[in-house]
Amino acid sequence: MSENGYKSGSNLEKVLEAGHFAFTGECGPPKGANVEHLKEKMEHLRGQVDAINVTDNQTAVVRMSSAAASAIMVQAGLEPNFQMVCRDRNRLAMQADILGAYSMGIRNMLCLSGDHQHFGNHPQSKNVYDIDSMQLIAMVKKMRDEGKFLNDEDIDESPKMFIGAAANPFADPVEFRIYRLASKIDAGADFIQTQCIYNMPRFREFMKKAVDMGLTENAYILAGVTPMKSARMAKYMAKFVPGMDVPEALIKRLEGAGKGKQAEEGIRFAIEQIDEFKEMAGVAGVHLMAIEWEHKVPEIAERAGVLPRPQV
Amino acid sequence: MIIADRKPLEEILEMIADVDNIMLVGCKGCVTVCNVGGLKEVQILSSSLKIARKKADRPLQIEEVLLERQCDPEYIEQIRDTYDRYDAVLSMACGVGPQFLSEAYPGQRFFPTVNTKFMGGAVTHGIWEERCAGCGTCVIHHYDGLCPIARCSKSLLHGPCGGSADGKCEVSQEIVCIWDKIVLKKMEQGRLEDLRTFKPAKDWRSARDGGPRTSIREELVQ
Repeated sequence: MSENGYKSGSNLEKVLEAGHFAFTGECGPPKGANVEHLKEKMEHLRGQVDAINVTDNQTAVVRMSSAAASAIMVQAGLEPNFQMVCRDRNRLAMQADILGAYSMGIRNMLCLSGDHQHFGNHPQSKNVYDIDSMQLIAMVKKMRDEGKFLNDEDIDESPKMFIGAAANPFADPVEFRIYRLASKIDAGADFIQTQCIYNMPRFREFMKKAVDMGLTENAYILAGVTPMKSARMAKYMAKFVPGMDVPEALIKRLEGAGKGKQAEEGIRFAIEQIDEFKEMAGVAGVHLMAIEWEHKVPEIAERAGVLPRPQV
Repeated sequence: MIIADRKPLEEILEMIADVDNIMLVGCKGCVTVCNVGGLKEVQILSSSLKIARKKADRPLQIEEVLLERQCDPEYIEQIRDTYDRYDAVLSMACGVGPQFLSEAYPGQRFFPTVNTKFMGGAVTHGIWEERCAGCGTCVIHHYDGLCPIARCSKSLLHGPCGGSADGKCEVSQEIVCIWDKIVLKKMEQGRLEDLRTFKPAKDWRSARDGGPRTSIREELVQ
């Protein structure tokens, strides 16, 4: 732990430590060096969220690096949650980027396996996976808490990151998911951001297990919310996104809203979810992934009653 | 064993476009077992090449040969008296074959006719699947005999990732999620706790990442 008693001292850590219900957002870097476009997207989130996830070549499509986009946020006075996947870098590059990100003022990072490159725009590439997400979490913790590289050599000024990991309560084999979450927390995850939740009964069950196993005492769990823009999007996610559970009832509800009103219905459902998460035992906050819908975040935050964000 | 697929005929024809007289060498090892480079396949490829070249009005002479193995200098020696009678030599063995030939006979040109793919076995007649990535440090005892390095698309030592659905990998419906199988097997045996053990980052030096590998058995070296 650092001198001030925090692991990293990031805003997100402080908000969670103070017992506030956290609210994080997400912003994908541009498919190019268009800094203005990035700034425009991230400005929608200013004051609305505690930290902004910056995706790392999401869906295996090349974009501006998450470290660079995160640094741009830091310079603009926004707090990034720097995402890193195991697909594109070996342990040398990862540790180098962690040091670089930290030196640019980045204090949160989310450790992920990453979508296989098969999904993206360079399916011909070599997949690295030198280490996996579990080992990445442990590596970032070792760098932070022991001041050592993976090879046990000393680090000259170690990077103090607030360590995040992902959990998908809906992927198969379902029975194992809670144990995988437990392992990530054991490995060193301070906070968890879940996959988008649509099946509330299943998530309630998952959280009950997490609470019963004592996991929520050792890590903050942020429930993943992605508002549906349309019934078509819901159907697409149900059918084509592996590990996504979109109940038929939700698709029906969106369709029932009628033309031109499906987006509003999607937002309404998201707000109902956030309301429930606020009361759900073990849920420490919400991670709102408004994909290419950043401008809607202020409205959702307002209507969900999570504003103003706490100043800690 | 080593599994390979025959290269498309067009690709082979292109490689040998400038030659008129070749030796086509099959192998009785793995490629015979996986039906890609044994006697029968030598004969089929030979006929196909001759027909194609005849059509193109540039007939091709082919000497068909079958060696016991192309990964052993002893058998490679069997063509020492004849290899230089041809414009080029085509090997139907895995990637090892043309290299052993090439190293033994510096004066000749050797071409591959198969794409060497993986170490695996036949799961049913006509279908072969990968089982081993040859990482040099076997860890399958941690996973009840199933290998996540060779069989997980991300080689995760702590799977399954969030893309596992209905026992299939996120990469393709054709790929089994090996982590799903590992977890189910552990659950059936009531040993799910095994998978809660943290595995340190793998030392890839024993794999191809450490550079080309050698295996020396002192007691056999003269």
